[in-house]
Amino acid sequence: MNQIDVKDLVFTYESLEEIQQNICDYVINGVSLTVKKGEFLSVIGHNGSGKSTLSKHFNAILLPTGGKVYVEGMDTLDEDKCYDIRRKVGLVLQNPDNQLVASIVEEDVAFGPENLGVEPKEIRKRVDEALKAVGMYEYRTFAPHKLSGGQKQRVAIAGILAMKPDCIVLDEPTAMLDPKGREEVLNAIHTLNKEHGITIVLITHNMDEAVTSDRVIVMDGGKILTEGTPKDVFSQVELLKKHRLDVPQSTELCYKLRAYGVDIKELPLNIDECVSTLKEVLL
Amino acid sequence: MSILRTEKLSLTYGKGTPFEKKAVNDVNIEINEGEVIGIIGHTGSGKSSLVQMLNGLFKPTEGTVYFDGQDIFANPKELRKIRFNIGLVFQYPENQLFEETVAKDIAFGPKNMGLSDAEINEKVKRAARFAGLREELLERSPFDLSGGEKRRAAIAGVIAMEPKVLILDEPTAGLDPLGKDVLLSQIEAYHKESGNTVLLVSHNMEDIARISDRVLVMNNSEMVMFDTPSNVFSRVSELKAIGLRIPEITEITLKLKDAGVPIPAGVLTVEDAFKELCKLINKGGNIDA
Amino acid sequence: MRDITLGQYFPSNGVLHKLDARTKILFLVAFIVLIFCSFNFYALGLVAAFTMVIVLLSKVPVKMFLKSLKTIILIVVITSVLNLFYGTGEPIFEWWIFSVTLDGIFNAIFVTVRIICLVVVSSALTFTTSPTDMTDGLERLMKPLTVFHISVHEIAMMMTIALRFVPTLLEETDKIMSAQKARGADMESGNLIKRIKALIPVLVPLFVSSFRRAYDLAMAMECRCYRGGKGRTRLKQMHFTKKDAGALVVMIFLTAGVVLCDIFL
Repeated sequence: MNQIDVKDLVFTYESLEEIQQNICDYVINGVSLTVKKGEFLSVIGHNGSGKSTLSKHFNAILLPTGGKVYVEGMDTLDEDKCYDIRRKVGLVLQNPDNQLVASIVEEDVAFGPENLGVEPKEIRKRVDEALKAVGMYEYRTFAPHKLSGGQKQRVAIAGILAMKPDCIVLDEPTAMLDPKGREEVLNAIHTLNKEHGITIVLITHNMDEAVTSDRVIVMDGGKILTEGTPKDVFSQVELLKKHRLDVPQSTELCYKLRAYGVDIKELPLNIDECVSTLKEVLL
Repeated sequence: MSILRTEKLSLTYGKGTPFEKKAVNDVNIEINEGEVIGIIGHTGSGKSSLVQMLNGLFKPTEGTVYFDGQDIFANPKELRKIRFNIGLVFQYPENQLFEETVAKDIAFGPKNMGLSDAEINEKVKRAARFAGLREELLERSPFDLSGGEKRRAAIAGVIAMEPKVLILDEPTAGLDPLGKDVLLSQIEAYHKESGNTVLLVSHNMEDIARISDRVLVMNNSEMVMFDTPSNVFSRVSELKAIGLRIPEITEITLKLKDAGVPIPAGVLTVEDAFKELCKLINKGGNIDA
Repeated sequence: MRDITLGQYFPSNGVLHKLDARTKILFLVAFIVLIFCSFNFYALGLVAAFTMVIVLLSKVPVKMFLKSLKTIILIVVITSVLNLFYGTGEPIFEWWIFSVTLDGIFNAIFVTVRIICLVVVSSALTFTTSPTDMTDGLERLMKPLTVFHISVHEIAMMMTIALRFVPTLLEETDKIMSAQKARGADMESGNLIKRIKALIPVLVPLFVSSFRRAYDLAMAMECRCYRGGKGRTRLKQMHFTKKDAGALVVMIFLTAGVVLCDIFL
């Protein structure tokens, strides 16, 4: 079974009447995709491309106007399944300040399991495990406002983790962080993916974050523009540039050189690949 | 003559208490009229405190700031006027929008300067143009704008005071690549057209490399480098030691140089790297083009 | 820069920190009653002595208690001075229209000691109980009120969220004020109306951002399966331990002591 199946998803914030008269703007306009268990999927695109709205469909925060979203086979339109779905798929939001509820780190992490009615002893265990998994165990008695942005965001991830989800969706978790915080958060989610087998869906507009994922989906204007492995996606430099999306500088440089006539077969995605590619050509 | 000069500028929080903490320590800089200065350093390195002293929001515990040769802290009553000359745009400036319309919000600064309505109007229009805001947006509520537009409207609110020095604290933070690109081009255009001095605080080394004439590096509340971007970004190991990145393209060319490729150090943009490599390839002749 | 610790919780491993918040809240209520039921010097002495024991047991630096006393020093001085001059009986000292009586001196001492004890013991509660424990304790103590259709859980949840966001909002206020000052806003001069008007550029953005935060937080809470107080468990269980039982015994003895002093001495 797939983690998430999205079939012909259509979504608009507008009213039914406007939909019937066909005068509304569709934020998502016919998207079908699957998220496989255990994979690290990145969804990239500009603001307004629908990527953030899409992510909120993955745990029934938003419900489809048309089409279906299935989480481990459960239809998100099925109200009875709502909390089962949210327990399976956790959502981490952009602003780390606005998603922590309690004024002590460990109590915040406990918030999810408490809502699920988990036994206190088990909550304790889960809180400790979750905090250790994101490297925030030593900060368990801190107040959130004493933490850095990256630390707060990791606490937010731990808060989701304590619900023992199969999948974590992160909606631009690094947009408001400094480079150090960004690295901390990215390391944490890569660890969760590799060592804990948790499916990760990372919504981002940072191309270098997408480069390290298993698969990339590019959204534009409420539709999927292209998808594939990072190599497949980022080698389409022209398409991405046309939609004014970034490519890593390594890729761009080699793309230009190739266009100039230099013999480069595979476009590199990071600095090391780029250096070795160029060394071959130049030395 | 320099437009902005600091002398032994220092700031200590909680002086004399057990919580005493040095935020800025003995910074001496001279910035010339029309220069674009990039300021980098990791969070907590003192760069925010530094720029807030430069426009008089924080009072230094030692040393002072000279604007146009004049000590800005000499007369506390004049400080408000100094801020009209040294404009500071905070991080996430869209959080300061409050008026009913974009035009009114941009007018807040000029109004505080005590200008006439006609002058205010003209300044608002000019600032909006500098910030790339279409005229029809001016009568809209600032809260109805898109994220990038809000950001530019807020920046226009500071530009409207027509400061001699414009300081921007992380102006592109949180924007998507397109929004970043548009805003940065707008800042470049503003600098070109007005000829005013621009100080840009950023974590984005690519942005810094793209627009700065000189780069100031802060670490541990001290200024550790103040030089051209090529020179600063060539000091890779020092920058890495204080937890700073260098632009990806600079790192690539430096690694190639280390491997024996005769390419100059301190290449800052993909365009420049491409040109340099083309030169090499043409010389070597191992290309069919 | 600005360090805001709401509720002034002071972490340490003293015995008072380990007591159940409910015990401490009940203890405080009972103690306040005792303070005002001490009618003679013996009873008051007992209460004062016990207050000192609490200070010692709290393992919180005495300086912290003095700091909280500093804020009410004016009230203490005024009330004790008033009491000093309003005594009845034989004056022992007279000057102009003021006369001080023995009765007045006693009253002044009583009032001073009472206020000090009150403040010190209340501070001891806030120093040794984390804000979350406090809201938790209150929630559980007020549980019987649900019979009267009072949403105890919701009230406690609101308190928790308020405690969480006060520092964040203070920080934000600071930032917005600086940003408006950088645009030449003048918040320090002018008459009252002018100053209130000068706050609009600060308050509007603050409200706007608070609404955005509230919206985000609501979504985050939904993501974490929040659905009210029903079926909720808690990480921190509150147990009455032997220590709590001990505290109650101490309270009973103290009450008995004060009552005996009041009646027989």
